[in-house]
Amino acid sequence: MPNAIATRQGPYVAPSALVRVLPHAARWVLRGDSSVMATAASTLGVPFVERPCQAAAQSDCAALWLGPDERLLIAPADAQSELAARLQTALAGQPHSLVEVSHRQVALEIAGEHAAVLLNSGCPLDLHVSAFPAGMCTRTMFAKTEIVLWRTAEQRFHVEVWRSFAAYLSKYLALAAGELAA
Amino acid sequence: MLLINCPYCGERPEPEFVYGGQAHIARPTDPRACSDQQWADYLYLRDNVKGVHNERWRHTHGCGRFFNALRDTTTDRFLATYEVGHEPPATLKGAHS
Repeated sequence: MPNAIATRQGPYVAPSALVRVLPHAARWVLRGDSSVMATAASTLGVPFVERPCQAAAQSDCAALWLGPDERLLIAPADAQSELAARLQTALAGQPHSLVEVSHRQVALEIAGEHAAVLLNSGCPLDLHVSAFPAGMCTRTMFAKTEIVLWRTAEQRFHVEVWRSFAAYLSKYLALAAGELAA
Repeated sequence: MLLINCPYCGERPEPEFVYGGQAHIARPTDPRACSDQQWADYLYLRDNVKGVHNERWRHTHGCGRFFNALRDTTTDRFLATYEVGHEPPATLKGAHS
């Protein structure tokens, strides 16, 4: 019998000089109080940060602040089942909600001198490095789609978008990049 | 673009927010003791203020939190925003009926 298990393919992403698709990752949305967040941070091996709109990252893992009681946890795809088990064990007994969303969204990286200008084509946030420094992250709007925006370096952004919106977002970015080049 | 000061995230553009109706409406502690009129007033009757209005907003496309705001309905200017469960700033409190 042929192998009936389909291989998962990423969504269509329009090619663009400043944009690239990041490899598949494991993701969870964690909700709970600050002790839950501290436990999850130590399990993931990232610093515990309680400041609003701040991301904590260490090696390939990251915990992004989405709300006072909400974090987006990102880890390498191959560590998914092992980390899920460790998170569940560590958080057992504490009221929390841990939802696996690995396949719900895809990550794009927007890098280069004009990365912030490109993002501002659809995102009204002030992305000047003094207002949105490296390490800052937030959920926000890009044109008509919701994204999680994380500045990983002065000229590099990590964008999380729901996979069904990835084509729309990347086409919009490709169009804007064309205008920048012109 | 109109900027709204989220008590958690700071100043953000208006499209990230959703209006959530009038604020500080307390549910009657004993609904069975209410007359039909009192219950209907609680459910449906809202102020239609020309001037400073207490309202709830939700930072839907940001931190996802509800918060309260004082907004002047004639100028669309936000006078203050504060967390749910808190009273409006004392200096502005008298502005609302």
